[in-house]
Amino acid sequence: MTDESRVTTAQTDMTAPTTVESSPDAVSSIMQLHEVSVAFSGRPAVRNVSFDIAIGQVTALIGPSGSGKTTLLRALNRMHDTVRTAKVTGAIHLAGIDIYGGTLHPTLVRSRVGMVFQRPNPFPTMSIYDNVVSGLRFNGVRNKALLKEAAESALIAAALWDEVRDRLNASAATLSGGQQQRLCIARALAVEPEVLLMDEPTSALDPQATRRIEDLVGELKDRVTVVIVTHNMQQAARISDRCAFLLMAEDRAGELIEFGPTNQLFSSPTDQRTEDYVNGRFG
Amino acid sequence: MSVLTLDPILTRRAEIQRTAEASLGRRQRHSRLLVGLTGACVLVSLVPLVAVIAYTIERGAPAWSVDFFSHAPTPEGIPGGGIWNSIVGSFIIDGIALGGAIPLGLLVALFLANSNSRVASGIRFVTDVLSGVPSITIGIFAYGILVTTLHHFSAIAGSFGVGLIMLPIMIRASETSIRTVPTDLHEAALSLGAKNAAVARRVTLPTALPGLVTGLLLAVARGAGESAPLLFTAIGSQYLTTSPFGPMAAMPLTVYLNGIQAYPDLQQIAWGTGLLLLCIVLVLSVSSRIAVARLGRIRR
Repeated sequence: MTDESRVTTAQTDMTAPTTVESSPDAVSSIMQLHEVSVAFSGRPAVRNVSFDIAIGQVTALIGPSGSGKTTLLRALNRMHDTVRTAKVTGAIHLAGIDIYGGTLHPTLVRSRVGMVFQRPNPFPTMSIYDNVVSGLRFNGVRNKALLKEAAESALIAAALWDEVRDRLNASAATLSGGQQQRLCIARALAVEPEVLLMDEPTSALDPQATRRIEDLVGELKDRVTVVIVTHNMQQAARISDRCAFLLMAEDRAGELIEFGPTNQLFSSPTDQRTEDYVNGRFG
Repeated sequence: MSVLTLDPILTRRAEIQRTAEASLGRRQRHSRLLVGLTGACVLVSLVPLVAVIAYTIERGAPAWSVDFFSHAPTPEGIPGGGIWNSIVGSFIIDGIALGGAIPLGLLVALFLANSNSRVASGIRFVTDVLSGVPSITIGIFAYGILVTTLHHFSAIAGSFGVGLIMLPIMIRASETSIRTVPTDLHEAALSLGAKNAAVARRVTLPTALPGLVTGLLLAVARGAGESAPLLFTAIGSQYLTTSPFGPMAAMPLTVYLNGIQAYPDLQQIAWGTGLLLLCIVLVLSVSSRIAVARLGRIRR
């Protein structure tokens, strides 16, 4: 694949026709999940999940705890590779390439599909600036001008620039929890991933900081496709365009119950279990 | 490329992905090199360990027999002697040493874990220094304090020396273990009306138990193998003695005293005793691992 084609896939879909239902806001997809299952030591944790992730939109994974949201999310950038007992089956395509197919090195998958974790985890020994450019350095970027430009752009996008521009060399540990999480978002954005995975990014934050991150997610759409796990249905309703609702089956494996535009999922779900969940009757 | 220049983000993304892909080979080689180096270092560090164990088994195993474990030494030239007196002696000396080191170590560790005062950091510093004091120095200290004042060699003076070796290990391992107990638990107990002593006895120490047991076993393993603190305190004995106020045999002493003799059968006894010490230390280390795993599981 040439560089041009890979970049343009982020704008226009070059892959086979997608399977997004004929919803009015149908757009091309950047990732396609086909019959994705994840098992730990042979015990299924997520089973046969298929849906498309629309480019430039926010897709939320919702469901009660234990429904496999985080497990599914971590399959999208091969984070399960670090767990020896984990096995991912099915196919996950990123811009036309099967990320488990062997053609794209896991390291390169992760540089194109970034991740933000539950708890802010800036590198404690690095300055704010070094944190932001750490991903670029891990990827072999040494061009100082590019590092600087990417760092500033990422910090602006993460709504942190104004707060840290005068102290980029300060330790990241001097920031508040909310600032640290925005720093982690900036750190992920600096690598210019095509997709950003967020695993309950506000669960460790206070309401103020949560609000800022939620606003931020909406503003990131032009730049990156967001997939976010949240246990907070109001948050999913506020910030996502599409929602995937997962539920734990009898054997404790997570299954996809319903997938569709968020407003449809919340106002007129097709499955009774979805309706029960979004109306707070269980979970 | 004209499409790309329209959008700075896309341009940057292209450049970053190009760099990441171009440098992947170099990064992979670098990573493989370091992983290989790590593995090689592991192997190299295993060589002396395996060599010591293998050589000790080779030289020491022929000495083992029923008599070896059940008889006191016989005079040179008469076959059938054993190290029963040294085994008993080691148990008595190390037992007395533990009797002092356990309560003292635990209480000091409790104090240290609950205090960040200047006194505490002073004690912590002194403890670290004590753990670095050469064991021969501790031996001569025990000699000066107990042997010269009581005017005879005694096992109890040896216990004192061994206890001093065990103490810093007990203290630091226990403190570390107690510190891992979440403050929430301490506060939960306090909020129920418990006194500090009750919190320590019913909540903190039981929760820290796996670490305490590990520290204890490591201290025993270290103390049981020391010969220097016994050289001029317990001094050693050819006979089975059980009075802590007189001279007593001990396994490390037997290794030293027999090892420097010219007679092959005495040297063999030294190797056999060395092998027994090695086995004891090995068993203690392994059981400390098992203790941690078991006790940790019960708690969950």
